[in-house]
Parts: sequence; C-alpha cells; structure tokens
Amino acid sequence: MTASLDTSHLHDVHLWGALRPLVGGATSIPMRAATIRELFRKLSDEYPGMEAHIKRGVAVSIDGKIYRDQWDTVLPAGAEIYLMPRVPGG
Amino acid sequence: MPLDTSLVRKQFKVIGTRVRRPDGIDKVTGRAKYGADAFAPGQLIGLVLRSPHAHARIKKIDISKAEKLQGVKAVITAADLPDLTGGDRGMRDILENCMARSKALYDGHAVAAVAAVDAHTAKQALKLIKIDYEVLPHVTDVDEALKPGAPLIHDDIFTDGIEPKPTKPSNFCKLAEYGHGDVEAGFKEADFVIEKSYKTEQTHQGYIEPHACLANVSPDGVAELWVTTQGPFVYRNHCAALLGLDANKLRVTASEIGGGFGGKTHVWAEPLALALSRKANRPVKLTMTRDEVFRATGPTSSASIDVKVGVKKDGTVTAAFAELRYQNGAFPFTWAEFGAMTAFACYDFKNVKTVSRDAVVNRPKCAAYRAPSAPIAAFAVESTMDMAAKAIGMDPIDFRIKNAAREGTKSSYGPVFGPIGIGPTLEAAKKHAHWNAPLGENQGRGMACGFWFNFGGQTCVDLNVTPDGSVTVALGTIDVGGSRASMALAVAEELGVAYEQVRCVVADTSSLGHNDMTDGSRGTFSSSMAAVDAARKAIHTMRERAAKIWEIPLDEVEWIDGQAKAVGEKHGNKAPLSIKEIAAQAANTGGPIAGHSEIVADGAGVSFATHICDAEVDPETGRTSIKRYTVIQDAGKAMHPSYVEGQYQGGAAQGIGWALNEEYIYGKDGRLQNAGFLDYRIPVCSDLPFIDTQILEIPNPNHPYGVRGVGETSIVPPLGAIGNAISNAAGVRLNHVPMSPPRVLKAIKDAR
Amino acid sequence: MSVKVSTTINGDAVDFVCQPDEPLLDVLRNRLGLTGAKEGCGTGDCGACSVILDGRLVCSCLVLGVEMEGKKLETVEGLADGPKLHPLQQQFIDGAALQCGICTPGFLIAAKALLDKNPDPSEEEIRFGLAGNLCRCTGYDKIVRAVQAAAKEMRGA
Repeated sequence: MTASLDTSHLHDVHLWGALRPLVGGATSIPMRAATIRELFRKLSDEYPGMEAHIKRGVAVSIDGKIYRDQWDTVLPAGAEIYLMPRVPGG
Repeated sequence: MPLDTSLVRKQFKVIGTRVRRPDGIDKVTGRAKYGADAFAPGQLIGLVLRSPHAHARIKKIDISKAEKLQGVKAVITAADLPDLTGGDRGMRDILENCMARSKALYDGHAVAAVAAVDAHTAKQALKLIKIDYEVLPHVTDVDEALKPGAPLIHDDIFTDGIEPKPTKPSNFCKLAEYGHGDVEAGFKEADFVIEKSYKTEQTHQGYIEPHACLANVSPDGVAELWVTTQGPFVYRNHCAALLGLDANKLRVTASEIGGGFGGKTHVWAEPLALALSRKANRPVKLTMTRDEVFRATGPTSSASIDVKVGVKKDGTVTAAFAELRYQNGAFPFTWAEFGAMTAFACYDFKNVKTVSRDAVVNRPKCAAYRAPSAPIAAFAVESTMDMAAKAIGMDPIDFRIKNAAREGTKSSYGPVFGPIGIGPTLEAAKKHAHWNAPLGENQGRGMACGFWFNFGGQTCVDLNVTPDGSVTVALGTIDVGGSRASMALAVAEELGVAYEQVRCVVADTSSLGHNDMTDGSRGTFSSSMAAVDAARKAIHTMRERAAKIWEIPLDEVEWIDGQAKAVGEKHGNKAPLSIKEIAAQAANTGGPIAGHSEIVADGAGVSFATHICDAEVDPETGRTSIKRYTVIQDAGKAMHPSYVEGQYQGGAAQGIGWALNEEYIYGKDGRLQNAGFLDYRIPVCSDLPFIDTQILEIPNPNHPYGVRGVGETSIVPPLGAIGNAISNAAGVRLNHVPMSPPRVLKAIKDAR
Repeated sequence: MSVKVSTTINGDAVDFVCQPDEPLLDVLRNRLGLTGAKEGCGTGDCGACSVILDGRLVCSCLVLGVEMEGKKLETVEGLADGPKLHPLQQQFIDGAALQCGICTPGFLIAAKALLDKNPDPSEEEIRFGLAGNLCRCTGYDKIVRAVQAAAKEMRGA
C-alpha cells in the first residue's frame, strides 16, 4: 500500500476544532499528499504547532474509515480526508 | 508478502462454531494463575500509604521509624522515583499519580510505600510513617470545579482550545467543539424544541480481580514483572520509562486477567512494586485491596450535560446541540471531548453542534471504561430523543430510523460515514418480538441506540509448526474473554486443520514484538488479522517444503484442506502431504516451519447497537427492576458466537448497574464514602433477567473474515434505554444517573 | 503467637499453623497453596473466595483459619473427581459461562452448595442462590444456564 510521490492528489484536508487555530481558523486546507505520512510531514513543515499535535496522536479518517497508525495508507483521489483526535478504548 | 486484509471468506469450516476454550479447565479447577496467584522465593509484601485528604500539600514525610522496624526492607516516597519524564506531560502525570509529589490530589493518592517480610509487619510500618499535611480546599464536582474561584488543583493548566490561551491557570483543561451546519437557524425551523439538563455520577469498571503484581528487580537493572494487565507491553514501556530501566531488561508477563474493561490499561501501583523491589533487592508482591481499587485506580468521569433538540412534526430533527462537562479526576485529559464526538454519532442531522468542557477535580485519575465517555453522552441524547419523539407522537424506533446515520451521512464528529450498521440494528429492533410483547402493571418499555469507535493497532503473532505437525501460536494481546479460542479458530480455518490441533498462548514481552493493549474492542479484530497473516506465511513455507520433497516447482503445489497437493497432470499419482508429513521432514527441507506476523491493524470500522428494555418501577419504593432486555449489534462476523453474546450481555449488565445503582459518593470532606462492593452495588444474579442477544453479521470489508470489534458498544445504550423505559413505566423523566430508588421516588412524588 | 490447626480439606487431613487473626482465605492461599479461592474484596461482598464449610457455603475471607479445627472444607480444587470434571465444571466450559474466570471458582462452589440442597432449583432459586457472588463479565446469563444444565445432568434427566 506504499505509494510513490507522483500518485499524490490535491485534497481538501478537514481539521477538527483543535487544529483550526494552527492554520488561521480555516476548517479545511488544500494539501497535496499521497499518503498519511506525506500529509503529516507537509502539515508539520507548513504549520508551527502541528508537529506537537501529531506526536500526541492524530487519527485520519479516509472516506469515513479511521486510521490511527498506518502512515503508509494511501490517500485516494477524491477521498474525504478528515483529521481527528486519537480516541482511547476500554 | 504484505497481508491482504480485504474480506475474502464467506464460507467457513470452523469459524463461527462454539468450541471449548483452551483455558477452560484451568479456570474451572482453580489452577489458572491470576495476578495475586504468583509467589517468589524470598518475596516481600508491599503496601501503599494513601492520603486521607482530598487535597493537601505534603510538607514533610518522616520514614525513619518505619525503616527501623524489624522486618521492613524498603520504604519509598516520591524521592525514590525521580522525574525522568523529560517534559512529557502525560508520563509525568502517570508518575505523579503513582506517587504524590508536592501535593496529594485526591483521597487515596499514594504518598509512600513499604516492603516487609510479611503483611503484618508492612501494616505496622505504614502506621510509623509520619506525614505533615497542609490540608487545602478541595473540589469534587465538575460544575463546581469549572467555576471561577474554585480551588485550583494544578497551577500549570491553561485551558487548551481557547484562543488566545488564557494567562491564568484553572481547572478547565480543555474546550472542544464538533458539528456542522447552523444550529441556531435549525432551532428556528423546529415545531418543538426539547431542552434538558442531565447529570451522571462516577462509576468504576468493577473488575472482580484487584490489581496485583509480583516485581523482581536485580541490582544490574534486570527485572521481571508478573502482573494483571490489559497491556503487558505498554506496562513494560511505561514502567521502564518511569524507573529508568531498559525496556529489554524488564520482562513483563501478563497473568490471567480477572476483568479490566479499561481499568487495567494504565499503571497504578506497579512502578511502586518495582521501586520497592529495587530498593530491597528482593521480590515484592503488591496486591490492592478493594478499597484501594475504588479510591485509587481509574474510574470513569462523572458529568453534567445540557441537550437541546429541535424537531418538526414529521419527525425531522432540524438541529441538535449538547454541552458536555466531564471531570477527568486529578489529571487533565479529554474525556468530555470523546463524549462530544460520540453524542450524536448515531444520527444524520443537518445542523448539529457539541461543545465539551473537560475539568480536573480532586478525584482519582479517570481511565477508560468500555467505550469511554460514550454511555454518558448517549444517556443525555437518547433521553432527549425519546422526549422529542413523544412531543410529536411518533414511535421512538421510527423516529430514530427517520434520523439514522447512513452511508454518506456527514457524522456529527466530522467525517462522512462509509457503510455502517445503525439502520439494520433499528430495523431488527422494530421486527423483534420483544418490541411488540405485552407489558405488565407498572412496566414500561424503552429503547436506545449507541455508537463507539473501534480500533486496531500494533499486533504480533508467532505461529510455529511443531515436529509432530501440531501448531503453537503465541499472541501479544491478552485474553479477557475467550480470545485464545477465537485465535485458534482463525489459524485452524486458514490452515485447514482441526481446532484442537492449534494451541494459543499469551507471550511475555521478551518473546514477541510490541503489541498495543487489549482495548478499543481490538483484541479479536487485530490479533485474528495477524493470526491469519501468520498462518498464510506458514502455508507458503509448507508449500515450498512440499515442492522440495516432490522436487517440483512451487507453483505446482497448492494448499487445499490442510494438505499440500501437487497440481497438474504430471503429478496425478502424488499423494497429498499433510502438515504432519511436511513437519516430519522439516530438518531436511530447510529447518523449522513458522509464520510470523507484525502488523498495524487499522481501519477497524465504527460500531452501532440498539437495545430494548422492559423496566418495572415500584411506585411505593422507587425501585426499578429490569424484566426483559435485548441487545442487537453488528459483529461483522462472530468468530465464536458464545463469546460475542457474552460481550453483549456483559456490556448490557454493566450499563444496567450504571443506570440503576452504581455511583461514587463523596462526602463534604472530599473522601469517598462507599469504597466497597457493599455500598457500591454492582448487579447481582437476582437483579437481572436473561439478556437476549441478536448478532447481526454485516461483514467488515477491512478484515479477511469480516470481523468487527464487539467489546465496547454494548455498554453505550443501556442508560438511555432504561431511562426511557422508566419514563414509560412511571411517567417521570429521570435526568440523573444512577436512577436509584430515592431519585425515582422523588421524581414520582414531585410529579404528583 | 501461632496456632496449630488440624482439619480436613477436600477429604485430605491437613495440619497448618496460622495467626489467631488470620482469615481462612489467607491460610488457603498463602500457607496451603490453594489459590483457587480468590480475594475480590476481603469483606464478604463478592463471593470469589467461596468455600463449603461443614456443608455450609461461606466466604473464606470472613472465617478465621483457627475456626477450621476439626472441620471439613470443600474448595474448588476438590470439585473434580480425578480427571473427570464435575458436571458444573463441564457445563461452565461448554456453555461459555466464564469470560475472565476470576469469579468462576466461587460460582462453582456456590452452585454446588445450592444443588447439594436443592437438586431441581427454579431459575429464581438459582438467581437468589448465586446472589452472593459477583460476576462483572457475563451478565450472569450463561452462568444461570450452565447451572440449569448441570442440575439437569446431575438429576439424570
């Protein structure tokens, strides 16, 4: 499931409330990325404070399916990408 | 060869059968070893001294007399646990929760610990420790803690989520918001607007086995820990980090676990046992009393919630809003935020908004409790939804079906849902015989829905084919309710052999790579995925071995029904090779045969349930008894249906206890008044009816067998379902959980 | 000051020495190596330490070791007859009446005490007979069914 960079697509990346202040208040930002890893790297590079959040735990919903750990997961063209807090379980 | 996690199996040979669990005989004969059942030569007994105060500055601790008592081998305080957390707030909080540093933050907070030759001596030693406390004002209620001027628990909490960040510290640790649309405009469109405020009291997971461990640390830094835990690898990592041990030198072995439900995801006294052992250079056994379990482990939040739902006469919800305030105990976390995420997740609302306020109070540090935070939010939402259905005269199931989330719905926590199972559980509830059965006097029927995120996580499985052709499987996720049986089923299914030919054990932390905890309903979902992966790898190896034995190319060997078969016309005369035959020749075909899997099981898929409940309310005493109860939930594929039913029934029973009886009661002095099973009353056998279950099997496309996690969602609907049933039985709407006899009686009297 | 006690446990003569204030549960677990009885509360509320003392169901955390002099004790370790499981034990396994299993020894002993006195209990009698034992995993559903099945088997019905 590893993708090379040339398969990256432009996504409208939705952010949950806690991340919005880091991007100036927007609910979503355009970002070109092929995988969760590339998305996180670019977010960390472009937005100060984002890296700390990612370290604490950010989950990525891809078309409603929630990914927490598998950063090689591909972000398909046209998929809804939503960043969420990492939820614990009992 | 990466694992293809996509759903492939539709027909099964052994998956779905009700086999006997491999640990059954040990558990019915008393042989199974739990946390407190291990003994080491020369072991000491460890005991913990705990703060009697809800909030106090520790001015001085004098351990000199205790240390001099004959038979005492070690006394420790926070000074023996230096802060090695390097600025990691989460780890520092765990350290400070294990042992108070400058302040005791709740009744029961550990302040010192001793290890002595026997329990009698250790108890005497605790009495000889002198602590000079400066008692501080305290706060245990979430709404009180959020008020300006409330006693301040930490001076370094500045509310997260408020821009710009506050400059004054407070107990308000996090603000968060979820939702979409315009709720104010939505409420204007409504024919009825229902508003109600709710409170739920703090509950404990109530596992019957108290925390227990046996720690053994040598002066060279090599250490062993036998412990009851949901996550031996996480315990290893946390204990090693807190004590400055190398993780590879700390071998953690999980005992059989006597229940966890989230409460054994977190280290409590284990680092103290290790620190005592290190100081004494002797093994130390430390078991908590029930009183300590209640006062000083990790119950779930108490909460205060306001809900507002706007509805049209045709049943359309025009807007929904909730503000959720949860206390996290004495350390900051985001339990209210998870409530805000889950509150309206069952529904497709155009305009929805939730706001969460997390607070710290002088109570024990909250931990996860089965679908953490969700039952609390669901109680408030499902009660209000029922009131909305009543306001427009609509059947509560029809009302929920009309508003249910479906594929393509924008969820209340943000993303758009893929294929989900709330609709089928509601349709099944409507058709269920229970929904239309007659009711007796003083009885009422209620229903409610529930949602929970499931997850997967890091998982390892080692599969080894023994020389006689039987199969051993080492798992990294501990077995809370029969998962060793389910994993053996998965391996047997994949290899094409009998269930009895596969033996699963739970490995220690030195024998397998890191595994995340058994939480988040992940045990069966993720370990079965890794077990399938390991089995497929072993099959590949066995095909290679058969090809060597036959001296033919690999692609002419297939694996069919537990045997290698040579395919093609040339090989028509070759008898198939069984695992036993291939294993017998392993030495001459390349050595031992194994399959290993190290994966991240992601994409678990969210989970929904619908419950139906009949309650009878005694109008004289206010006592509610549950007459009939039905759980309907999607399992994807039930690997072992008995244990899936068991999860549904157990979650429902915990929810019934939470709804009707269980609560932490704090006195004005900030001390817990009911730290025992007599006064914190969990349901007993005579309190409950048989709990009916209906397992729906809508395969999970992200698991080779279609499995979903099933462990948690069943605790989410009961509070709401029972509140709704009481409302229909007694004509009163309870807004305070537990709905104990005094509260129900008061509501009945107030209504007269 | 230790006290010497002579007693019978699961049909065997057993001598032990204990403190006068030492609970029977501690004697069983720490001195005799019989760890089948579990401590869930130490206050008689959970039943995980249930044993049968001279035919009576008791919580071993509420009995003193010294009270055992000349008495007959049955614990979960004595339930099976050699390799043959007691019908209750077999039905608990077959009926998935245990999840974590910590309460199981206590339930088996309580159920045996019930069936010793009442071989054909109603569902309600089973529920009240087991009301002194806490289980947090199962919701009791499969436990009650397993006891019903064992009772039926033991009656030869």
